[in-house]
Amino acid sequence: MEFLKSLVELTLFDYLRQVWGNAAWVEVVLDIIGVVVVSTFCLLVVVFLIWLERKVIARIQDRIGPNRVGGKYGLLQTVADVLKLLSKESFTPADADKPAYNAAPFLIVISALLMWAVLPFAPGVVGVDLNIGLFYILSVSSISVVSLLLAGWGSNNKYALLGAFRSVAQLVSYEVPMILSLVVPILLARSMSTQDIIGAQLVAPFMFVVPLSAIIFFISSLAETGRTPFDLLEAESEIVAGFHTEYSGMKFGMFFLAEFMSTLFMSGLFAVVYWGGWSLPILNMILSLFGVTPIDLSVIAFGRLIGLVVFFVKMFAVYFVYIWIRGTLPRVRVDQLLNFNWKFLVPLTLVLVLVVAVVDKLIPAEMGVLGRAAIHLMTNLLIGFGTIEVLRQSARRKRLLVEEVETAVSHHDDHGHGDHGHDDHGDHAMHGADVVAAH
Amino acid sequence: MLSDWQFIAIFVVLAPIFPAAPVILNYVLGPKKPNPIKQETYECGIETIGSSWIQFKVQYYIYALVFVVFDIEAVFLFPIAAAYGQLGLFAVMETVLFIFLLAVGLLYAWGRGVLEWV
Amino acid sequence: MAEQIIFVILAVLTIGSALAVVTNRNLFRSALALMVTFLGVAGFYVLLEAGFLAASQLLVYIGAISILIIFAIMMTRRMMQTSEASFNAQWGLGLFAAMVVLVILGFVIGNYWPLAPADMFLQTRTPVSDAVIENSVVELGKAIVSPNAFVLPFELASILLLAALIGSIVVAWPPQEENEA
Repeated sequence: MEFLKSLVELTLFDYLRQVWGNAAWVEVVLDIIGVVVVSTFCLLVVVFLIWLERKVIARIQDRIGPNRVGGKYGLLQTVADVLKLLSKESFTPADADKPAYNAAPFLIVISALLMWAVLPFAPGVVGVDLNIGLFYILSVSSISVVSLLLAGWGSNNKYALLGAFRSVAQLVSYEVPMILSLVVPILLARSMSTQDIIGAQLVAPFMFVVPLSAIIFFISSLAETGRTPFDLLEAESEIVAGFHTEYSGMKFGMFFLAEFMSTLFMSGLFAVVYWGGWSLPILNMILSLFGVTPIDLSVIAFGRLIGLVVFFVKMFAVYFVYIWIRGTLPRVRVDQLLNFNWKFLVPLTLVLVLVVAVVDKLIPAEMGVLGRAAIHLMTNLLIGFGTIEVLRQSARRKRLLVEEVETAVSHHDDHGHGDHGHDDHGDHAMHGADVVAAH
Repeated sequence: MLSDWQFIAIFVVLAPIFPAAPVILNYVLGPKKPNPIKQETYECGIETIGSSWIQFKVQYYIYALVFVVFDIEAVFLFPIAAAYGQLGLFAVMETVLFIFLLAVGLLYAWGRGVLEWV
Repeated sequence: MAEQIIFVILAVLTIGSALAVVTNRNLFRSALALMVTFLGVAGFYVLLEAGFLAASQLLVYIGAISILIIFAIMMTRRMMQTSEASFNAQWGLGLFAAMVVLVILGFVIGNYWPLAPADMFLQTRTPVSDAVIENSVVELGKAIVSPNAFVLPFELASILLLAALIGSIVVAWPPQEENEA
């Protein structure tokens, strides 16, 4: 009875500690249980995620989606897919570098799994609350880059290697704005621990305090997980399937698994860092505006269970936005991808970090949490509008330039060079370039 | 604390089991009929010519280099951000100078056209 | 005791992969072995309760420096020739440099030897309280920007990074005139 109660209240580990005592092996066993629970959850939830993604994308594209296997809603479609993958032949191409080729799918899943170790699911329910939590996540996720290189190089296939190099260039590029944007919430929470960051958002989620940081993080997490519009990792129309061209069967399945796992993880991380994870920051904000004491889920009865539900709702809401974006936006080109990162996101993030750091020091200490939040929000909005204005100006300059070139070219045309035929094009281009140079 | 890292260590040891289980199951359940054509490198139907391990362009290296610089910058910024509540104005100025110097590097790379993907 | 066993495993892993780095004839494989070496070093940091350093080791050395090395390998022309000899004409010089490092390390360790007078095998380091370790990242952050500690190296690091960035662009990138032509 006690056991069941602790199971429902999510205090199972405390209960087991009470029963088993304080011996060293108890913690080891509890850790093993924790690892198995977290990992199994990750593996099984992917089955659901793939079904969800196919269903939602289908509705966005005005289709029905999976509707045969497992009843009206095709609930067992993914299970069937997994069984199909299991029954495929597992082989290694003759020319491949066998150790590298076979290690890559393992490494990518391991790095996607290890990130979950510090993600808090509810108050007190977290693999381990490291004091360097967010930093640990970033460093573990950087291992996945290595596995892409292993896969591309080990396959000994031109498409695979080219795809791997492109992917690595994309991943390392977008890691910069991602890391720098995470500096902002850490700076506000004064801690890298995930639980402390949630604690710092008791009455004001960072989404409303530093929205720019949240947006930058969200965009770069799209790119880091290789999702549309940044899915150049497997641009089917250009490089077959990118780095996993040579993979089949379950080894291919592992890349698929890791992609979905890390996407869900990024949704969870976004929910934790910018939406307050398992806490209820928006409700608390309203409550504290009316002078009511905010609700702290870590002290009330069944708080852990409520926290878990709250966190899952937030995580899947963010995940839904990922799918939504996939259903809406087309893929960008590789030059657009890199330019957008290095010439827009990185400079913007640097400015943001600088401004938030300085503003945070200038705000007088006696202001309340909400007051500080309001000032941060104002500066963020100011930077946001400033950025949009700068972009507008530069876009207008470019447009004017193009228009002038075009009018110059058509003017040129009117004055009877029509019979020159082939040479004309070169002439136009040169003339156009002169006009550009003159401006 | 080592007790914290104990969980991570156990996770690292156990984590390979989870990808290994389906891959091994796949190996056991799947057919095993290798033939030379099947094991060829995938291309467009003809045999692949030359090595895939060829020379890549310098662009990738430059991106990696800029990345390394900003990665190291972030490593410095993280503990500063965590300690921010206990820092004075002098420390803030130091941090601003630090970020500013690296921004100069980015601007230089931008100005030289290094960040242009060709 | 468990700590000692983990230490030995990590040491074997680190030294073994370091040997593989210098003996392997394939440059790409050497780079991969180097990553394993870095991983082993990160493990040592964890054993020393320096979690932040361990994560930095992963993030910077495996996630960034190794990638840089691999890109550099892929840039060179004959990189995948597996027949490349693993020793070149400068091996004597290399040996000399390694010896110098060994002697310096010997001196440093000699200064602190014996590490703990009693019970050397079971306890190889002075225990630190949990509160200190929990707070170590904040202390590190304060030390980096404190004028009494590391503010000069910190600013020098940014200048070093800037110089490295500009220098490598100057070396690797074609001159501006060519670029525009």
